[in-house]
Amino acid sequence: MTAPLLQVDDLVVSYNGFRAIDGMSLALDAGEIRVLIGPNGAGKSTICDAIIGRAPVTSGRIMFKGEDITRLSEHAIVGRGVCRKFQAPGILPTLTVAENLAIAARRDRRWWRNLRLAVPPGEAERVDAMLERIGLADRRDVVAGELAHGEKQWLEIGMVVCTDAELLLLDEPTAGMGPAETARTADLVRSLAGRHTVMVIDHDMAFVEQLAARVTVMHQGKLLKDGSVAEIRADAEVAAVYLGRTKHDAAA
Amino acid sequence: MDGVVLALGQGFNGLSVASLYLLAALGLALSFGLMRVINMAHGELLMLGGYIAYLVMKAVPGTAGLLLALPAAFAGSALLGAAIEATLIRRLAARPLDTLLATWGLSLILQQAARNIFGPIGVEVRAPAWMNTAVAVGPLSFATTRILILALSVVLLAGLALLLTRTRIGLLVRAVNQDRMMAAAVGVDVRRVDMVMFALGSGVAGLAGVALGLLGPVTPTVGQSYIVPAFLVVVMGGLGSITGSTVAAIILGVFTAMVQIFVDVSVAQVLMLLLVIAFIQVRPQGVLAPRTRALDA
Amino acid sequence: MTRPALIAMVLAVAAAAVLPFLLGSYDLNLIARFMALGILALGLVLLWGETGILSLGQGVYFGLGGYALAMHLKLSGLGPGEIPDFMVWSGVKTLPWWWQPFENPAVALIGVVAIPGLVAGLFAWMVFHRRVGGTYFALITQALALAFATLLISQQATTGGFNGLTEFPTLFGIDLNTLGAIRGLYWITLAALVGAALLLALLRASRFGTLLRAVRDGENRMRFLGYDPTPYKVAAFTVAAMLAGLSGALFTLHAGVVSPALVGVVPSIEMVIWVAIGGRHSLVGAIVAALLVNLARDRISSALPELWLYALGALFIVVVTLMPRGLAGIGQDLMARLMRKGAAQ
Repeated sequence: MTAPLLQVDDLVVSYNGFRAIDGMSLALDAGEIRVLIGPNGAGKSTICDAIIGRAPVTSGRIMFKGEDITRLSEHAIVGRGVCRKFQAPGILPTLTVAENLAIAARRDRRWWRNLRLAVPPGEAERVDAMLERIGLADRRDVVAGELAHGEKQWLEIGMVVCTDAELLLLDEPTAGMGPAETARTADLVRSLAGRHTVMVIDHDMAFVEQLAARVTVMHQGKLLKDGSVAEIRADAEVAAVYLGRTKHDAAA
Repeated sequence: MDGVVLALGQGFNGLSVASLYLLAALGLALSFGLMRVINMAHGELLMLGGYIAYLVMKAVPGTAGLLLALPAAFAGSALLGAAIEATLIRRLAARPLDTLLATWGLSLILQQAARNIFGPIGVEVRAPAWMNTAVAVGPLSFATTRILILALSVVLLAGLALLLTRTRIGLLVRAVNQDRMMAAAVGVDVRRVDMVMFALGSGVAGLAGVALGLLGPVTPTVGQSYIVPAFLVVVMGGLGSITGSTVAAIILGVFTAMVQIFVDVSVAQVLMLLLVIAFIQVRPQGVLAPRTRALDA
Repeated sequence: MTRPALIAMVLAVAAAAVLPFLLGSYDLNLIARFMALGILALGLVLLWGETGILSLGQGVYFGLGGYALAMHLKLSGLGPGEIPDFMVWSGVKTLPWWWQPFENPAVALIGVVAIPGLVAGLFAWMVFHRRVGGTYFALITQALALAFATLLISQQATTGGFNGLTEFPTLFGIDLNTLGAIRGLYWITLAALVGAALLLALLRASRFGTLLRAVRDGENRMRFLGYDPTPYKVAAFTVAAMLAGLSGALFTLHAGVVSPALVGVVPSIEMVIWVAIGGRHSLVGAIVAALLVNLARDRISSALPELWLYALGALFIVVVTLMPRGLAGIGQDLMARLMRKGAAQ
């Protein structure tokens, strides 16, 4: 059996004594799609923060491709092949759609390599292909800040995929999208499987079902359950957590 | 032995300088925590406090004059501060760097206005006679004025701490400090909180101006000589933290006084800046800093 | 860039090139001085407009460039073993070690850009790599300007103090006060200004320029795309400082003096207002505004010094609150309106 692509061991992230992640473990195999759900404050976004180097890890270990990335800086982690989409669209508002994608698609991100005028080979093709894939080909020269909300979400998903990172963390990719757009997003995410490993955080159970992936449920910073969509739906403990969320979330 | 006496004396001077830095920086730190903006005309609020003290104590000599000058300077600077907030800062709220430039323009205008009204040369505040004494402790002697200013800043700090932790406005300030959007969403009048705290911080600057007037002549540029150290206090203190600012002011004040045993004032100023840059290497978030989860904070 | 705009610019440069045949030496010297300041303004467009970093301490780098050249000019007029007159008056016996390299003209010329570049690079890296930026950074740059000016004034014996360094009649053996020398320096300054503008236009058009704007838009976003923003910010700051140094050296040549009054807190922040007036994203705007503001200053401040300070203060407020895109923004809006009218007809 091969080692998992990402392995999170007994992770703890605490803010001024509050343990947002409280001994969580998780393993993702290469090429897998995984959905992470849980009530508000369960620590879903925080675990993404910890993996990408944004939240200070109190204890525990994060291994990626057999390398310990727990204490690396953000750009070093991204450089090793992890990329994340944020809840609020993180695009570069005064640059055009194509420029946003080009920056994400660039392979050599060292500053002195970018002093030239010429576009590196392959970059333009990757940008064009991604514009088609996310349906923004006719918007390529629009300033990204002027896009509609759903388009911004798509652009950011496109940017994250464009980095060609092996592990993609998508935090609520369908927030603010209608049913049709959500279905297209599900198609896109499914098409990523195999080449990429994807961890999706979402609340929308319809979207989760369309992904047909294994589901991990978090609660109060810990692992609650792990299984197929059907198993999770049938689970009494998960139902209790979601129904009783107001009581539990008072602490968060 | 002489060395010890010298060091003790300089230590006291350092605390005295620290209290002035702190009085000048408190208002900046309060509004920076709330609105993420720095008012570059803050030095002129000190200047205004100094001139108000001069006018009041010219009209009413003696201790009564000083007791009148303090609330008058507070009120005058607070009013001007409120006006600056309402007309300039509010407009530029989302553009902190532009706020620096616009308020700098205002500072130029206020300095020139002071030059036209009071003349380019400083005016002397007539302090009550009993203040021109010193308290002797063994071989050391401490100027009464400086002891009073230290006491004033301690009282002000205690008052602010009580205000922020025990009152309703303090609760609102802490709420806005933590999460402006959320506070607005649950019905806090965020703009009113901004305005009140800005005026309060400006008033404190007015009091600092009285203190400066007791120590030396009030000139149109009197605020400028304290404002850059006050900015450094804010940088070092951490986002809008009163405790952090206090610690930073003490560090900078005592450090400058101590190095002046060995070097002149100008070199001390350079060393102070180097200290701040060195400090950033160790604690870039400042003496005290809240954690934030926003992507671009 | 549109073709008419390009033609207009070529014509403007050509007109500037023939100016020495039309103006007397006083006016020519004045314009050349302000063109030198335009080079500094160009650097601020890159730093502030493109990268979003506000520096309130460009006077430091302007001063380093100016003093580097002035030190050489002071030394070049002396016989062997002699030291500058102001040092003699202060009782200094031997030339301080840090003056000695500037006897060499090559060291001085390279120092004009290399010293500001090194100081700026080190300073910016120290602050940016710890992720301190924005308002904090602006305040620290201002503190640096204050410290620099205060240090120059207090170390009077070796820096010339408040009066700075002045009275240098010759450069590399050429008499600076002849009309020929003034014209020559004017053309050199014009060439440096045009060269700097072209260099920055190229830098802006490169992928590097796009990345600078990206850092301005979202520094953290860039981190999560795998970029370290620190070297980009340090590079922008260093380039701006090197241009400021060149600007300071040329200004010193034209003005015949460099002093703390040109490098401290107040002049440093005034440099920003030129760019704000011109439009922080516009290279041409920055040059035009540097010329206009300084011409206005020259005319108004000599006649009505009080009025100038009120006017400058009001300029800061009005430009920043009401016209954040500056003159260039107004120009662009006008052009757009004209184009629409033309298209409608």
